[in-house]
Amino acid sequence: MTSISKPAALCPVCEASIDAPADSITGEILACADCGAELEITSLAPLTLEEAPDVAEDWGE
Amino acid sequence: MSNRAALAVVTSRLRVEEKLIFAALEARGAAFERVDDAALQLEAGHASESPWPVVWNRSLSFGRTLYATQILEQQGALCVNSAHVVGTCGDKAATSLAFAASGVPTPRTLVAFTVESALEACETLGYPCVLKPVVGSWGRLVARLDSTSAAEAVLEDRAVLGSWQHSVFYLQEYVEKPGRDARVFVVGDECIAAIWRHSEHWITNTARGGRVEAARTDGPLGEMAVRAARAVGGGILAVDLIEAADGLQVLEVNHSGEFRNSIAPTGVDIPGAMADWVLGRVAERVAQEVFA
Ligand SMILES: Nc1ncnc2c1ncn2[C@@H]1O[C@H](COP(=O)(O)OP(=O)(O)O)[C@@H](O)[C@H]1O
Ligand SMILES: [Mg+2]
Ligand SMILES: [Zn+2]
Repeated sequence: MTSISKPAALCPVCEASIDAPADSITGEILACADCGAELEITSLAPLTLEEAPDVAEDWGE
Repeated sequence: MSNRAALAVVTSRLRVEEKLIFAALEARGAAFERVDDAALQLEAGHASESPWPVVWNRSLSFGRTLYATQILEQQGALCVNSAHVVGTCGDKAATSLAFAASGVPTPRTLVAFTVESALEACETLGYPCVLKPVVGSWGRLVARLDSTSAAEAVLEDRAVLGSWQHSVFYLQEYVEKPGRDARVFVVGDECIAAIWRHSEHWITNTARGGRVEAARTDGPLGEMAVRAARAVGGGILAVDLIEAADGLQVLEVNHSGEFRNSIAPTGVDIPGAMADWVLGRVAERVAQEVFA
């Protein structure tokens, strides 16, 4: 997967600065350490975070 | 065929499992395309060709997986798991029917469509009994009904949840288990790994915590899991089993099973075994296309 340097992005909920781990990929979920929001990485360069959708009823394994 | 990869891995939200699967494929030097089901547009009723000969679906969404797989199969793709398997595993009533058709032991199950008839079904099963959503996972909304009054409250509550599936009451005999149940991974015809899930709570899904311990794959547990996997159509499957007084019973089969907590205790490279099997299917498909 693409490994471009990833500057921090702001949490869309509380505006805390968030660093994605080096091996992050789009579609992955991060939790904001400040507010606990579940955030989805929607792009890596630039790092973009959106609030992850709630678990839908048909989700599972 | 275009110059696209022979394999697509379809995902929605990425779990640890999907990252491990990508890593396993990459470690094997396999060319694959990562496809987000949120971006898919599939033409139904059209004789177009699937962009990928083999599609490995690891989406969290049962609905998306079911429809995407149906369309891609009609377009000629080999889907892991197949639309038939997804449709059977994703719906607990369909799973029960598949078990019954193949003689796979499973707890007695009644299906009812109104609160009144569901209450009668509970009396027939006896208390406690278990109510599960026909479509659902991770132990979500799985409830133990201990009495008529509890059953009334829970059934009424489900009936107003909105979706029609919640008024399909899937009721099951409660099986007293010895503080644990089993999760067994089946790949093709082989049982590759098995764990016991210990829990204080009667719902033992590892997504809810609980202790995990390796189980033997070569004995009755593995055999029963392979039978259950065959009963739903076979593929890459995770089978949940319970030890009843008179032997093993199968609860369900998962078509997009989670395995992150099962790798360390078993020492089995579960994503690697899955990737090897899928790449075997890719090789077969590519060979068929070349010599067709
Ligand atoms: N009939 C039953 N008797 C006792 N325990 C059950 C029964 N059905 C389910 N359970 C417990 O609840 C858990 C979740 O049930 P399961 O059928 O696997 O649904 P889910 O799709 O939510 O995982 C099982 O792993 C098991 O621990
Ligand atoms: Mg289960
Ligand atoms: Zn935040």
